[in-house]
Amino acid sequence: MTIQHSEMQEARAASEVRRFLMQRGSGGVADRTFAALMLGCALSIFAIVALILGILILRSRLSLHEFGFSFFLRSDWDPVRGSFGAVPFIWGTLASAFLALLIAVPLALGVAVFINEMCPRALRAPISFLTELLAAIPSVVYGLWAIFVLVPIMRRSVGPFLKKFFGWTGLFHGPNFGIGLLTASMILAIMVLPVISSIARDVIKAVPNTQREGVLALGATRWEMVRIGVLRNARIGIVGAVILGLGRALGETMAVTMVIGNHAAIPKSLFAPAYTLASVIANEFTEATGDLYLSALIEIGLALFLVTIVVNAIARLLVFMVTRGNTARAV
Amino acid sequence: MVRGVRSVVPILLSCALLNGCKSSLQTGAPAADPGILTINGAGASFPNPIYSKWFAEYGRLHPNVRINYQPIGSGGGIRQVSLGIVDFGASDDPMTDAQLQQSSHPLLHIPTVLGAVVPVYNLPGISAEVRFSPEVLAGIYLGTITFWDDQKIIADNPGVKFPHEEILPVYRSDGSGTTFIFTDYLTKVSPVWAKQVGNSTSVKWPVGIGQKGNEGVAGMVREAPYAFGYVELVYALQNHMTFGLVRNGAGQWIKASPAAVTAAAEAQADTIPADFRVSLANAGGTASYPICSFTWLLVPQQSADATKGRQLHDFLLWMLSEGEQEAAAMGYAPLPRPVAERLKNTVASIR
Repeated sequence: MTIQHSEMQEARAASEVRRFLMQRGSGGVADRTFAALMLGCALSIFAIVALILGILILRSRLSLHEFGFSFFLRSDWDPVRGSFGAVPFIWGTLASAFLALLIAVPLALGVAVFINEMCPRALRAPISFLTELLAAIPSVVYGLWAIFVLVPIMRRSVGPFLKKFFGWTGLFHGPNFGIGLLTASMILAIMVLPVISSIARDVIKAVPNTQREGVLALGATRWEMVRIGVLRNARIGIVGAVILGLGRALGETMAVTMVIGNHAAIPKSLFAPAYTLASVIANEFTEATGDLYLSALIEIGLALFLVTIVVNAIARLLVFMVTRGNTARAV
Repeated sequence: MVRGVRSVVPILLSCALLNGCKSSLQTGAPAADPGILTINGAGASFPNPIYSKWFAEYGRLHPNVRINYQPIGSGGGIRQVSLGIVDFGASDDPMTDAQLQQSSHPLLHIPTVLGAVVPVYNLPGISAEVRFSPEVLAGIYLGTITFWDDQKIIADNPGVKFPHEEILPVYRSDGSGTTFIFTDYLTKVSPVWAKQVGNSTSVKWPVGIGQKGNEGVAGMVREAPYAFGYVELVYALQNHMTFGLVRNGAGQWIKASPAAVTAAAEAQADTIPADFRVSLANAGGTASYPICSFTWLLVPQQSADATKGRQLHDFLLWMLSEGEQEAAAMGYAPLPRPVAERLKNTVASIR
């Protein structure tokens, strides 16, 4: 094996290309420099995360000392009395992000499957282009659109409809002003849709055609082919796309702030206003006076950081559990 | 040969570009001019329009002085001037005793203009100007008054037919001087509010939804029928919004205007303490508009740089004599004469 390997190397060394490259400079030095450079790039990720975490902990020292771990369990947010807790914000962040995924994932998968499996050629380019265009719209524009278009629709049509037909679920009681958790989730869903659908599209495209042909040859219908031949093979990539979308939904600030209602209480209904971690920082940081208040706001940043890490870890675990040893099993 | 030319062209081009940059840098760099004194300030965003105008005008009159102002918010202004990062600060709420002690150097509060907060509402089909008593204002935000046809609202507005619709209270979600003025007023007029909520740039609102900025609150009130909110008087005037009347301490229904706000400061002129840290909310006097406050510049008693101290002193004197006259035209209430006269003594002590 090694003899063969070194023989091959010699043969390559003798080649014209190798000789030309040898003339240009020392390959060994270049290789090592390149490796070191890439290692540096990779390590910089650790450095960035460590720096962010470090500064967040350092600056929230006062609040950490005052409230300890109970900061993440308290639901009071009262700048006047200096009593701070992160629960309503954590709740609002998670609820709006998961509701958004609930709306966006089926829609995004539908778009991705349609583009790859059944779209007429003439329609394919415009749909792909428009989905990517959605991703390029700044979030403040989404927020403005939500205030002027989505909020009135929610107030006049969608809200009363949900109340009438789904009121029995208990999710839609209380006054509906068009602003609140549900509206924020809908705007978030529209914002994460292009992220999820364009990655899912690429993943589905990468599924070998032989898989589709094989399933069809066994007598499957088109839906069965998509389910068994395509979605099943692409599911890891699709989960990856959903995780990326979730990341965007958790951290999105501007558009959410404009429509979520910014009320620091755990909402009892989908129509009720809520508050997210990112929004409270954006809202209150500039005018925060007092060291404890400022420190509590930075601890909110720390909470957002931890929430993101925990959610991502759970998602990774999910992927691991789904994929472990299951790839060969038939449906 | 061709290859040689190709590699030379970009070098020549970049040389030309670099030369161009260099010469433009040399010609367009007045900041390096040692003859110009730059004074930096930062703080409240509410008075930014009039401050910008004053500083630009003062700069034209005194070409050797340039005053930069960044509207980063009152909190940031207090922090930066306390640490000596900027030469002066600005704030919509006065510094507390603790904050003054923490400052690295003694600071003076210099009131510049007055701001007021007005109630805005969206009542389709009602053209009359609605009157809001202090109890109603507090009740709406405490969640004890939830419908427009509440007895307390009807009693103050004879002849107006209110619908049986739920009130949507809208408040500022971002920390703001506007919220400070409004909650300072509610704290003074409502014992329940004082006990349950209190006053600050952002508070724990019992009910309602939060929107960012005056434009956010105004936009929400315009868009949502039966909404109620509060905005800065300057904003309401500039955008020609209809706003409600408020009952003042003397029992009169007053519509906010720069004159009514100045009247509130004038009515309290004798009781204003020597350091000018005072709340004007619910001031006495028949013509006073009750929901108003000073906004302050935070100036070091003794600047680290003596020339800067002297220039700040000169600017403040100019502001009191000339600048104040421009305030009303921009919707800001100017300082009443007795206060301006007293302030001259304070300014004289600035080094």
